[in-house]
Amino acid sequence: MAEVTQLIHEYLRHDKKFPHVLCPGCGHGIVLGSLIRSVHALGIAKDDVALVAGIGCSGRVAVYVDFNTVHAVHGRALTVATGIKMAKPEMHVIVVQGDGDALSIGGNHFIHAARRNIGLTVLVLNNFIYGMTGGQCSSATPLGCWSTTTPYGQMEKSFDFVEMTRAAGANFVSRGTVFHVKTLDKLIQQALTHEGFSLVEVLTPCHTQFGRKNKFKSPVDMYQWLKKTATPLEAYEKLDPDKRAGRIPIGVFVDNHEPALETRYAAMRAKFAKG
Amino acid sequence: MSAKRKTAAREIFALGAEAVVEGALLAGCSFYGGYPITPSSEIMESMAERLPRTEDGVFIQMEDEIASLGACIGASLAGRKVMTATSGPGFSLMQELIGYACMIEAPLVLVNVMRGGPSTGLPTSPAQGDVQQARWGTHGDHSIIVLSATDVQDCLHMTVKAFNFSEKYRSPVILLLDEVTAHTREKITVPLAKDLEILYRLQPSMPPEWYKPFEETVRGVPPMPPIGSGYRFHATGLTHDDHGYPTQKSDEVVAAISRQFRKIDQFFFDIQITDEFLTEDAEVGVVAYGSVARSAHLAVEQARERGIKAGLIDLKTLFPFPRAAVEGLLRRCRTVIVPEMNMGQISREVKRVNPGTSTVWTINRIDGHIITPKQILESIRKG
Ligand SMILES: Cc1ncc(C[n+]2csc(CCOP(=O)(O)OP(=O)(O)O)c2C)c(N)n1
Ligand code: SF4
Repeated sequence: MAEVTQLIHEYLRHDKKFPHVLCPGCGHGIVLGSLIRSVHALGIAKDDVALVAGIGCSGRVAVYVDFNTVHAVHGRALTVATGIKMAKPEMHVIVVQGDGDALSIGGNHFIHAARRNIGLTVLVLNNFIYGMTGGQCSSATPLGCWSTTTPYGQMEKSFDFVEMTRAAGANFVSRGTVFHVKTLDKLIQQALTHEGFSLVEVLTPCHTQFGRKNKFKSPVDMYQWLKKTATPLEAYEKLDPDKRAGRIPIGVFVDNHEPALETRYAAMRAKFAKG
Repeated sequence: MSAKRKTAAREIFALGAEAVVEGALLAGCSFYGGYPITPSSEIMESMAERLPRTEDGVFIQMEDEIASLGACIGASLAGRKVMTATSGPGFSLMQELIGYACMIEAPLVLVNVMRGGPSTGLPTSPAQGDVQQARWGTHGDHSIIVLSATDVQDCLHMTVKAFNFSEKYRSPVILLLDEVTAHTREKITVPLAKDLEILYRLQPSMPPEWYKPFEETVRGVPPMPPIGSGYRFHATGLTHDDHGYPTQKSDEVVAAISRQFRKIDQFFFDIQITDEFLTEDAEVGVVAYGSVARSAHLAVEQARERGIKAGLIDLKTLFPFPRAAVEGLLRRCRTVIVPEMNMGQISREVKRVNPGTSTVWTINRIDGHIITPKQILESIRKG
């Protein structure tokens, strides 16, 4: 406990008026905790971190933590982060987005940031729903699930963030959950130290908007569900294909070492500098 | 840059678009994020060639105009002087982020080479249809600086001005050009940076713990350190207090938005640039901007040859609207003519500031053709 308190004092903003805006039981706070622990464990200075967030409950986490923080506009966090990274490649530029922010409104930017393989660490807080605006469906809402805009069940298929990011060409693609916190810490640390575009998709429950409509009686039910369905990739791959249904693999899916955009750019400029 | 540092002003034969690039580089622009669109693409292409060869220049072609402006805002937060250029449809896409840049007070220069509209409109034809959009295109109440340029040399100087204003007032600055100005090739002089006034955003002098990114200051403009320099702060599009934290308290909300207006309004004497030509004894006045001002210049000369006391105000600043200069002209003249390549976007402002002393006539052209000196002269003769 003492250690937790210390980290809070070191990383949260003292002059910010708390309490925070997140609902009790929301997974977003756990992700923030994991991020802070990871930055701390890697010994990255606060000044060297720029945290850019989109709009949504997920976007609100930026205001509480004592980094250079930017709360951008809905869907465009990656564009702002791209500008920061290209201007200051030496900084750790971290992006926090909701599933709606990242792949609904921001889908095009997401694909292109991954394609460019620009050195950003992107945490997509996937709660399968639009939390902040009151539980409308997002492009991650699973087929058949209920939301305020799919009162008869979702008819569209949802995005698989991992497959999408892999196909777009990112260097590091992973998925974790807020139930498996130790694994999450590790994934975030790997992402933070990996060259090029790094995705950590985090499954995080929104009990208030998703759970309530989809027969999860309490936040605890949702965490129990994460515990049951999330399966480490190695174990998942060993399963018979018919046993895989309903399970979500977690772990590292892509671990490439292509040069990042900023590295390629620096090499091109170095040629001019030599004359 | 270092190897071949220029030692004297140069004369070059350049497009208006290229003059914008010369101006931007002189002003210290080191980041360009953009997306191609006619008739602004020459600015981007020239930047793509020039920037990587400068000391720390970054050029990036983004996936669309929203991304372009987003990247510019990020780089501006990281301490760069940034620019993007676009045209009608791209300008419309950028509107949300223009408001965001106003709210977080990010310096940036946005060049809009206007084309006919609405929608895809007249892609390569001159128009001046985005004047009111530049002022009020984004949602909410905000201040902004909008400039224009008359000829190629002017493109260079107004771009430098745009950077200076954006840095000095911590504000996005929109430079509105028309296709004629951007695509005209003329001989211009490229001065040395040391012979120009080049301004940089104010840096904090207090220790980081004392720094408030949106603090009230005498000029209303808070200092702005680059991200990563030890001054950590929160930038948000939500209405915020002087720390940058979201607030809904009336006193904080009103104070924040009022300061953003005041930081620009109270310096109107610095920002409102106009060129006056034979206005002192004018009886018929013309108010024009962009390439139309060139036609108007000739028309006024020709009117004088015919014994008509005509005069011209060429607006270099469109917003905040140069009220003092235009009001003076309205008081002196029996008729003031406002020719523009739209349905009346600046004449609306002229009429607004008319103290009732003269009649305001408009010449409007929306067919993608320029307004000729002859057309203006005819109107002057009737006025
Ligand atoms: C351009 C624009 N459109 C719509 C909105 C309204 N809006 C705010 S948050 C949000 C959805 C957020 O969902 P998600 O990104 O999944 O994040 P969560 O709240 O679930 O963490 C929407 C649609 C907005 N702010 N801006
Ligand atoms: S609405 Fe959902 S995502 Fe938003 S804070 Fe509440 S639980 Fe979290």
